[in-house]
Amino acid sequence: MAQHLDTLKEIASSFSAAYVKTPTKLKILDAFSVCALATAVLQFVYAKLVGTFPFNAFLAGFFCCVGTFVLTLSLRMKVAEHGGKPTAAKEFGGYALAMLTLFIAAVNYIG
Amino acid sequence: MAGPAETAGQTAQHKAYGNVLTGFALLCICVLASSVRLFSVIKYESVIHEFDPYFNYRVTRFLSEKGFYETWDFFDSFTWYPLGRVVGGTMYPGLIFTAGTIWNVLQKLNIPIHVQEVCVFTAPLFSAFCAIATYLFMKEVRGQGAGLASAAIIAVVPSYISRSVAGSYDLEAVAIFALVFVFYLYVKTLNTGSLAWATALFFGYLYMVASWGGYSFIANLLPIHCLACIVFGRVSSRLYIAYAPWVILGALAAANIPVIGFNAVLMSEHMASFFVFGLLHAALAIEYIRDMLPPRAYSAAKKLVLTFGTTALAVVLALVVSYVAASPTFGWTGRSLSLLDPTYASKYIPIIASVSEHQPPSWSSYFTDLHIASLLAPAGLLLCFRPLTDASMFLLLYGVTAVYFSGVMVRLMLVLAPAACCLAGLALSEVTSYLSASLVAAQRAQAGAGDAEKKAKAPSETDGSAAGKKDKAAGSSAAAAAKQAAKKAAKKGGSGGGPLGWVSGPWKPVPKDVAIVGLVLVFLGLSMFYRHSVYVAGEMYSAPSIVLQSRRADGGVKVFDDFREAYAWLSHNTDPDAKVASWWDYGYQTTAMANRTVIVDNNTWNNTHIATVGRAMASPERKAWQIFRSLDVEYVFVVFGGFIGYPSDDINKFLWMVRIGGGVFPEIKEPHYLGADGNYRVDEQAGKALVDSLMYKLSYYRFADCGPMFGAQRGFDRVRNAVIAKQDFELKYFEEVFTSEHWMMRIYRVLDKPNRDARLRNPRRAKLGRRAPSKRRQPSGAPSK
Repeated sequence: MAQHLDTLKEIASSFSAAYVKTPTKLKILDAFSVCALATAVLQFVYAKLVGTFPFNAFLAGFFCCVGTFVLTLSLRMKVAEHGGKPTAAKEFGGYALAMLTLFIAAVNYIG
Repeated sequence: MAGPAETAGQTAQHKAYGNVLTGFALLCICVLASSVRLFSVIKYESVIHEFDPYFNYRVTRFLSEKGFYETWDFFDSFTWYPLGRVVGGTMYPGLIFTAGTIWNVLQKLNIPIHVQEVCVFTAPLFSAFCAIATYLFMKEVRGQGAGLASAAIIAVVPSYISRSVAGSYDLEAVAIFALVFVFYLYVKTLNTGSLAWATALFFGYLYMVASWGGYSFIANLLPIHCLACIVFGRVSSRLYIAYAPWVILGALAAANIPVIGFNAVLMSEHMASFFVFGLLHAALAIEYIRDMLPPRAYSAAKKLVLTFGTTALAVVLALVVSYVAASPTFGWTGRSLSLLDPTYASKYIPIIASVSEHQPPSWSSYFTDLHIASLLAPAGLLLCFRPLTDASMFLLLYGVTAVYFSGVMVRLMLVLAPAACCLAGLALSEVTSYLSASLVAAQRAQAGAGDAEKKAKAPSETDGSAAGKKDKAAGSSAAAAAKQAAKKAAKKGGSGGGPLGWVSGPWKPVPKDVAIVGLVLVFLGLSMFYRHSVYVAGEMYSAPSIVLQSRRADGGVKVFDDFREAYAWLSHNTDPDAKVASWWDYGYQTTAMANRTVIVDNNTWNNTHIATVGRAMASPERKAWQIFRSLDVEYVFVVFGGFIGYPSDDINKFLWMVRIGGGVFPEIKEPHYLGADGNYRVDEQAGKALVDSLMYKLSYYRFADCGPMFGAQRGFDRVRNAVIAKQDFELKYFEEVFTSEHWMMRIYRVLDKPNRDARLRNPRRAKLGRRAPSKRRQPSGAPSK
């Protein structure tokens, strides 16, 4: 057990050491997507505990969060490919468009 | 310095010529695709075809009168009496809204066209769009050449023509376009990795989902492709951007359509996409930490992720399995199950099995429907491997799965058609460009070795533009590659420099004669394909099936317009509130053409209701009368082909009525309706229950008296080729009110009270009371001969 814990510690330390080098812009995107994912997990747990009754509302909330996570991750990959430099407005435009579509699609379910 | 600039200018010019030529060719293909589907209008008239299109037409008419919003709330009280049908929530609105939009735009432009004409010409219009979508799809997969070849093939492929002739106003008319277009958008997103295209994919998928239940094919094909990419180690950010947003947005899109609703996230059909979604994240996480961590920590972390991932997946899988196993159909809809297990429908759902387009196709229909595409497609499958890109792998998987599905149901030949056309187009373009490159090489060799370098350069550029059509990825560097190849060729002594994108080894031209013969053969094959397709479009697939034609001996055409005659009779001579019963095949037509309430129709959503009608048709007259009275039925009609030899009549469909009726009401047993030898027959040896059944009586009432038919025996049925068992009988509970010119449709009124006339013939027996008629009927019920 202790051995596993050590490995974990080692992984965590080397990961954090490597992660510090990540450009700030990517870190912001990471934080945002982690936040979106956490919200999604929270909603899922809540639905499991309390029940999914207004299922449309659950669908809207959950898919919105997962969608945000996915789209942000997509943008992050794109940005990372350019080494974290300010990317072309085209990519952010695509991101904004996709997010807008996601929210319009999800708003149908809030009911 | 001037050299490269000049070359670049020339390349641009070549490219411009190529684009103009491509556009022109595409335009020709579109015109061809639309016009080859107009045979039905020329040979018959501008009329809606068959069965389901009548429902779509009726809803479109409703939309043109009431507007889009009202259509969502359309409750149809004219069908499934007394239940009605929530049309807005149970239809795929894509086709209807498309036609409605076209009609509205035309109205706004002051083009006063009737909505029926719009409906009739929607399918030819969208087959032109489908050709464009196919071009775009194949352009993304391999290049312009393959795109053009595929578009040229799909424009006239008979399988697609069969569902998209003018007047065939069915969901597939727009759905096949939507299917190919979604594939194009997916591959485009895959190639570019742009979120804007991912958004476009969402809208394309939304249209597809709104158009056809076949969207679940896409919903499973994309996960299969993604899974294949993961397994073969092709995970990339482009794959993620193409796939992951589609899963989330696509599920939201699907759930937006009322007929799908929450099934989009609850039914097993859609689960595969979520599983692969999770897998993709795991694969990406592994990739990510590999870049981040030192090797030793990475291997430990990888183990960790895999262990955790497997455990999580196992837990989720167990949960899903337990959830799914709780439902009787394992969370699948019956229709999907019958695809995975082809014997399922015939075992459990006779109503699905009874539809002729749900039967497996015969081998010959592959050749009739695909013709040259079925020959070239396997070659296309091979070419997908050279080189294997993400896009060509998608085409490969699409082809393979579509072949399977087409083998299950003849209807799904339609899904195979675009795949086969794309694969065939790929093979065709590779073969022709190889052969023509060989020709060019041979010509160059002839021109002599003198000034080899310069000459090798020029033709290789023409090839270069051809190669540019082939591979988008290689397209930008095609000119450079061509130059390199040309230099190589020049070194070898001008042996040729056609840079075929997929040939990795040294390129070898075939001799000139072989190339010429090959090209001629390809041309011959294609012209045979076109001849065949135009013939099939004109002769086989243009019949609207509500108007029949037959050639007379003198070469003239005899028209059988009995259906519309009878429907018109119904609409002119019956009460607007009258309920009309018939087998479900004719439900949509009755509501649309006769404008009367029907008991069951082609929507087949309520098996019990259909079984009730089947039971009535299979019961003796008195029992059937009771059932129809309980359903408030005033008119019953049957379609009868025995007089003129029209084979798809109700007597031939009767066994399905028995099976469907027997599935719900066990007192109806199929063996009772079969002859002594176990065959279904109407002659002397017919089963007793058949002869007593209402269907038999309504079909053959007065049949023997209708005069000598073309010198045949009395009571000779021209479909079954037999003299019918019981020729002379009276109807007691029904009254014949109308029989169309060729006896194809016979309408009967359901009497309020049993017919007294039959009894009055023998007044003494009439006094015996209620039981008398059945007793009296016994002796005459026996065969007279």
